[in-house]
Amino acid sequence: MEKAKNINIGKILSRYGIYVAFLILFIALSIASPVFLTTTNILNIFRQISVIGIISVGMLFVILTGGIDLSVGAIVALAAVITTSMIREGSQTPIIVAVFCGILVGAACGIFSGFFVAKMEVQAFIATLATMTIARGICYVYTNGRPITGLKPGYRNIGMGNIGIVPVPVIIYLGIVLIGIFLLNFSKFGRHVIAVGGNEKAAIVSGIDAVKIKFACHVISGITAAIAGIVLSARIQTGQPVAGEGYELDAITAVVIGGASLSGGKGSMVGAVVGMLLIGIMTNGLDLLNVSSYYQQVIKGAIILIAVLTDKMKTK
Amino acid sequence: MNKNSEYIVEMKNCRKIFPGVVAVNDVSLFLKRGEVHALVGENGAGKSTIMKMLAGLLPMDGGEILYEGERFEPKNPMQALERGISMIHQELDLVPQMTVWENIYAGQEKLIGFGVIDRKAMINNTKQVFKELGIDLDPNSKVEELSVAQMQMVAITKAIAFDAEVIIMDEPTSAITDREVEQLFRMIKLLKGQNKSVIYISHKLDEIFQICDQITVMRDGCLIDSKPASELNQEKMIHMMVGRELSNLYQKDEPVSAEYDANEVLLEVKGLCRKGEFSDVSFEVKRGEILGISGLMGAGRTEVMETVFGLRKADSGTIKINGKEINVKNPQIAIKNGIAFVTEDRKIYGLNLMDTIRANTTMAYLKKVLYGNLVLNFKEEKKVVASLFEKLRIKAPSQETIVNNLSGGNQQKVVLAKWLMGEPDVFIMDEPTRGIDVGAKAEIYKIMDSLAKKGKSVIMISSEMPELLGMSDRIIVMHEGVITGRFLKNEYDQEKLMACSIGGK
Repeated sequence: MEKAKNINIGKILSRYGIYVAFLILFIALSIASPVFLTTTNILNIFRQISVIGIISVGMLFVILTGGIDLSVGAIVALAAVITTSMIREGSQTPIIVAVFCGILVGAACGIFSGFFVAKMEVQAFIATLATMTIARGICYVYTNGRPITGLKPGYRNIGMGNIGIVPVPVIIYLGIVLIGIFLLNFSKFGRHVIAVGGNEKAAIVSGIDAVKIKFACHVISGITAAIAGIVLSARIQTGQPVAGEGYELDAITAVVIGGASLSGGKGSMVGAVVGMLLIGIMTNGLDLLNVSSYYQQVIKGAIILIAVLTDKMKTK
Repeated sequence: MNKNSEYIVEMKNCRKIFPGVVAVNDVSLFLKRGEVHALVGENGAGKSTIMKMLAGLLPMDGGEILYEGERFEPKNPMQALERGISMIHQELDLVPQMTVWENIYAGQEKLIGFGVIDRKAMINNTKQVFKELGIDLDPNSKVEELSVAQMQMVAITKAIAFDAEVIIMDEPTSAITDREVEQLFRMIKLLKGQNKSVIYISHKLDEIFQICDQITVMRDGCLIDSKPASELNQEKMIHMMVGRELSNLYQKDEPVSAEYDANEVLLEVKGLCRKGEFSDVSFEVKRGEILGISGLMGAGRTEVMETVFGLRKADSGTIKINGKEINVKNPQIAIKNGIAFVTEDRKIYGLNLMDTIRANTTMAYLKKVLYGNLVLNFKEEKKVVASLFEKLRIKAPSQETIVNNLSGGNQQKVVLAKWLMGEPDVFIMDEPTRGIDVGAKAEIYKIMDSLAKKGKSVIMISSEMPELLGMSDRIIVMHEGVITGRFLKNEYDQEKLMACSIGGK
């Protein structure tokens, strides 16, 4: 009896490892810090993770096809500078139009990457590295390297506003997650994404247009990165050409901690959210406990390894 | 320590079991020093498998090997190489981006000391060996720039550089020209002169009589016989390769063609060509018919079918489906026109192993279980999959089981289920029963039979004579990209098919 129980615990740990880790961390921090489990703090955590969280939704689609998107950080900046440049104080352009243009720019970047990855069969790592470099370069050219400030006050609401007590960025994040869940788990498109990522050859033989699917995933990733860029620039009230640097790695981290495999075909939206939350809670908790951010880096790296290793054990 | 024993290698009652099949069943093989020993048999007879055990690529499940009189059980290829056993594979394990000499010394680099390689010595040694063997090749050229035959020379030189005593060649002539074959034979004779032993796996019977001293025939994993070449001729050998009793696994009822027009041609292929792969291939399949396609590996059968299915582009020729000429640019068009393709390697081309039975089953015809061609209708999907699950008697805990955890037979059933779901008219099946157990085989034959009875067409590529003979209404034989034989039901027998497969008449 005793033995059977042990095995079960092992199984549960490896299967739901990240959820268990999440719970343990959550409970531990609740005990360790009196501030942690307050509504304000929890909402704060969500607001902190929302920008990279939005990116990770698109990133998950690309990773599910077996690809990777390194360009998202640069797209964050590009969308931010384009959008903010259109709504400087005194500008006639409505905010909604500027936002739409920002998103369009993100989509265009996704189309650019998608063309090279899906159509020309350039490795995703290389193609999106190129997109990243180009997009970042355009940011500097466009702004002359100077941040764009003096924005219309209304723009602030996208990054700082609340609906009830819930911050707008959190609502945007959760909305995008819901759309992601719908696309991935309830639509034809999601099924095809997983098929292409799981076994591209089998998917092609089954009549799935793998080129189209991979292309679409890059466009989605471009759009979510652009939305993240808009949210970020609205929060800091600036269009920073250096914004989003390194965000691609944070988004990949969240997706991978959430159980996605970089070789494609495996991963879940809920996992990506929990992965994001795990990072958010850890950062927040360690801040509350006055742990230096230098140590936080080390711990984050360790979490990535543990997550991937438990995943390996599961497949064995 | 019996170095003077007549035999350098003695394999006794060797056995290898793969899930569901006994690939090598108590086979014994004795190799003399300085002997060129042919190992022949149909595809899947177990030739490569037994040699892989000798070369340390596969562990043995029974029996023993004596090497120079001592018990020898290589755990990995390195151990076999160190003892002097070298296997040259069909796919030639060379690194294309490296030079000839780098390849030859890969893994046994000569060193000056401190891990620094002795370039000069290795290049000179390579030149020396090339000279001895009469090979005209620059040691500094890149392997990717060489012809297949030249690569083969490099592979053989590599074996010699490893001081190989036993060199196993797996179908060395399948991809090289006649002139190059001659050079290969010269090399083999040279090796023989140096008292080295060669095991020569081949389908090409005339070659075997040219250079081999001893011939061992295998069939269905069993040893049939081993005789000096002088005591055999081609006919006897063909008989040994195929002569088996047909079991009653392949019970096929006569078609009842009341429900469809048995003369209606569903698929008609005319003059199909693709450079370097096949040329002028024409055939047709009618409703209710099972067309068998026979031939050896590399005969171009799969390539033809992939072209029909839109996975490859034809250089010329026409494909008519239901009497209408169709430009099959991609698999979507083929599927839309009622063609299904049960591919040869289910793990590579058939399944997403990481996903569930359910998702795999609906991969090709997902549109049948969608709301408005966009949103999944889970209820309908589960219902459709459940009925196929039952119909094919897939043995699994549930339709949510991950396909990777199924046996080969059940995986194959999932691939079949995927295509059955769309009720296509033409089923192309490439080696539909490879690597699955007898029970599952019988069930797959039943499915094929029932499809034919419903007025569907089945095209079956197979390397297994018994199933070809047992299941087919007609058989086409291909050899090196060309159709070399066409037979009606009562015309064919194993010898005739084998003769056409190896290029004879």
